[in-house]
Amino acid sequence: MNDYQLDLLKLLGGVGAILIVASIIGYILQRRLSPDGSNAVIENLNARIQAWWGMVILMGLAFLGGRTGVILLFAFCSFAALREFATLTNTRRADHWALASAFFVVLPIQYWLIWTDWYGLFSIFIPVYAFLLMPIVAALRGDTENFLDRVAETQWALMICVFCASHVPALLSLNIPGYEGRNVLLIAFLVVVVQSSDVLQYVWGKLYGKRKIAPKLSPSKTLEGFVGGVLSSMLLGACLWWMTPFTFVQAGLLALVIALMGFFGGLVMSAIKRDRGIKDWGHLIAGHGGFIDRLDSVVFSAPIFFHLVRYWWTP
Amino acid sequence: MHVAARLVGTAIVLFARFITAVRGIWQGIEPTPKERIYFANHVSHGDFILIWTVLPWRLRRKTRPVAGADYWLKTPLKRFIGRDVFNSVLIDRNPNTRTSDPIATMAEALDEGASLILFPEGTRNETEQALLPFKAGLYHLGKSRPGVEIIPVWIDNLNRVMPKGELVPIPLICTVTFGAPLHIAVQENKAAFIARAEAALLALSPAAEGSDK
Repeated sequence: MNDYQLDLLKLLGGVGAILIVASIIGYILQRRLSPDGSNAVIENLNARIQAWWGMVILMGLAFLGGRTGVILLFAFCSFAALREFATLTNTRRADHWALASAFFVVLPIQYWLIWTDWYGLFSIFIPVYAFLLMPIVAALRGDTENFLDRVAETQWALMICVFCASHVPALLSLNIPGYEGRNVLLIAFLVVVVQSSDVLQYVWGKLYGKRKIAPKLSPSKTLEGFVGGVLSSMLLGACLWWMTPFTFVQAGLLALVIALMGFFGGLVMSAIKRDRGIKDWGHLIAGHGGFIDRLDSVVFSAPIFFHLVRYWWTP
Repeated sequence: MHVAARLVGTAIVLFARFITAVRGIWQGIEPTPKERIYFANHVSHGDFILIWTVLPWRLRRKTRPVAGADYWLKTPLKRFIGRDVFNSVLIDRNPNTRTSDPIATMAEALDEGASLILFPEGTRNETEQALLPFKAGLYHLGKSRPGVEIIPVWIDNLNRVMPKGELVPIPLICTVTFGAPLHIAVQENKAAFIARAEAALLALSPAAEGSDK
């Protein structure tokens, strides 16, 4: 077993241990406070923990599958997220080909470009080619009603669900001297920091939350949860320096950026949900909602993390 | 043939899930193995497939769609899909030329223990209206088998997935909502029941739900 596999196992073992503890706490809380399943918060907590098991096992399998596993996993996440996002847009009949090509042409090409490590094209393919060609396809159908809204919605759907999300597996393409063959751990670092920041904000908020931080956007988010969650995930990120190419301090600072972007990403996606009058993006992940509900923070932090690492750590 | 039909049926259900991530919402009843007449809004050929997909496996095998023989017997492929895969109850929609009574054919299927899926609009709705006026078959069938529950089923969003004339479906999330069962009252006439059935179905659409709040 080489260093890389050992580190991956250490990380998965650590996450597994945390989940076991969380499951035990969830079980005790349920026995004490909600034996008949009547306490909605406890039931939702346990549904979330169970879904976490599923997500961690899936991520673990993808990591073990290496490059192919990770790219396939995120391509599927992009597909499911785009399906949720497109459901909420005001697209019309005339957008049929533009939308169909977003799902069946743009999405596969973007992930194929990442598979082939073609940085020069995957970093511009959607913002340049897709964003110019898709409105042309829509315009050719001749329906001008709400045209700008429809084009903007479709483009933002692609931006969030495909372009930004694809920057997670794109981390595999970075050539960091002395870190060859270990890039999957960079993905693990990003995902662990961003998701633990979400979870820690939830925990701090539930324990000490008083002052609402964005009452209009997300009534459940509190200042105490935000500060506690971001600082503790920053500390967690720093403590994971051993699996990254960063020093302790660098890992902490990057974790801070990741957590902040994740938090504000969550707010932006909440604003869209409020506007469309829904609570969750979907129903596929029990206790969490849809794919976008789980991915919103990853999506906002991944491209920034990617480019910071690319700028400072690759030659 | 039987195995092929099963495999194709499973493949169709998997494909429907992939494209629509369809979710069944049991609002007025539970999915229990009772004999039922489901009636739904009709916007595309996929309507029946979505209802079938959200039904539990045991119910799925006993639930048969009612469809037009003129369409489903046209080519060998349609015949295979319509008759072997979906096990449709095929009725002749042309009142001038038909030799069998559609109501009797449907009642016979109910007597054999099947549940039925009906699209009382009679044809696919391609208008901007939420529903086309219902045909009377639902009333006559309900009247002839008064013990069978009549369930409204609203299929949402499928018209956006695959509008008529488009070849490629767009992946969008769909829902199938099952409402509370209706029974035809002893005194109730055809017009009154049809109006009640239309209202019960429309009340399940998310658009109607939004206007309540």
